[in-house]
Amino acid sequence: MHELGVVFHVMDDVRKVCEENEITDLQSITLQLGTVSGVIPSYLTDCFMWAREKEELFKKCELIVEPIEAVTYCEDCKEMYDTVKHGKTCPKCGSTNTYLYTGNEFMIKEIAGC
Amino acid sequence: MDNVKIIEIKQSVYESNDREADKLRSELKARGTFLLNLMSSPGAGKTTLLESVIPKLARKYKIGVMEADIDADVDAVRIKETGAKSIQLHTGGMCHLDAGMTRQGLDELLEDGMDFAILENVGNLVCPAEFDTGASMNACLLSVPEGIDKPLKYPLMFEVCKLVVITKIDTLPYFDFDVEKCKEYIKMRNPEAKVLMVSAKTGEGIDELCKTLEEYIEAQKG
Repeated sequence: MHELGVVFHVMDDVRKVCEENEITDLQSITLQLGTVSGVIPSYLTDCFMWAREKEELFKKCELIVEPIEAVTYCEDCKEMYDTVKHGKTCPKCGSTNTYLYTGNEFMIKEIAGC
Repeated sequence: MDNVKIIEIKQSVYESNDREADKLRSELKARGTFLLNLMSSPGAGKTTLLESVIPKLARKYKIGVMEADIDADVDAVRIKETGAKSIQLHTGGMCHLDAGMTRQGLDELLEDGMDFAILENVGNLVCPAEFDTGASMNACLLSVPEGIDKPLKYPLMFEVCKLVVITKIDTLPYFDFDVEKCKEYIKMRNPEAKVLMVSAKTGEGIDELCKTLEEYIEAQKG
């Protein structure tokens, strides 16, 4: 829902890294995005395509989004299950004593440029 | 192409915001200012509630409000009429405030010292919950006409809030709003959340809310 806002955050962080590493020709940004992070990959790409036009550094840069699967851990039966399918309730024992193990990540993995 | 460098960053997109927010939070603690990040959907009654709470607390504390909206300054004008200092922040189309924007507003607000600062966030149950503003505490309002299912539909908002205020309780006779069920849903998201019930219109529950806020303000002074 706030894809444009996070695109600006990504660009701020990447800009800093480019300055530190003297990169002027940025070719790609790779993000890792959890499937329950609340950020929708296609919206994110759309927002980025709009925002990249505003700044020379980003004009030719591609955005690559790698998904991270959402997995929840059940404290009672000590097992992992698919979060998207079952939510907060363990499908095996019905417990809600569970926590999200992976799936809400939103990471900048790497950038490529010269 | 052979001189293309791959630079590994491995950094959360929220990380720089979280760092800035933590810094802001410790600065606020050091100056003894309690900053409350007040969130809700549009129209839940954030400004109306502040209009009834501020005059009571202003007898004892110095209060300032930052109004965050996409546009307009109607809320800041309303707050000014209560006698509190208020400033309007425009997010310029963005659906939330982050720590950087909060700091800009605070610098202006805190010039002459404050006991209690309130950040009235953009009306929205989704995005503001994702961004740590650096506030000392998060609170959200849930108004009776919105229905009891909001903690189920917008889990993160209720997970990050230590205080949940059910507003417009004067309208309870007109809606099928099961208060106990609603409290149960809130506790499901956050077992430690404190739930209060108020009506800014009749004044019911306002004293108790003020008492709770006073405890937070005093605790921040240390």
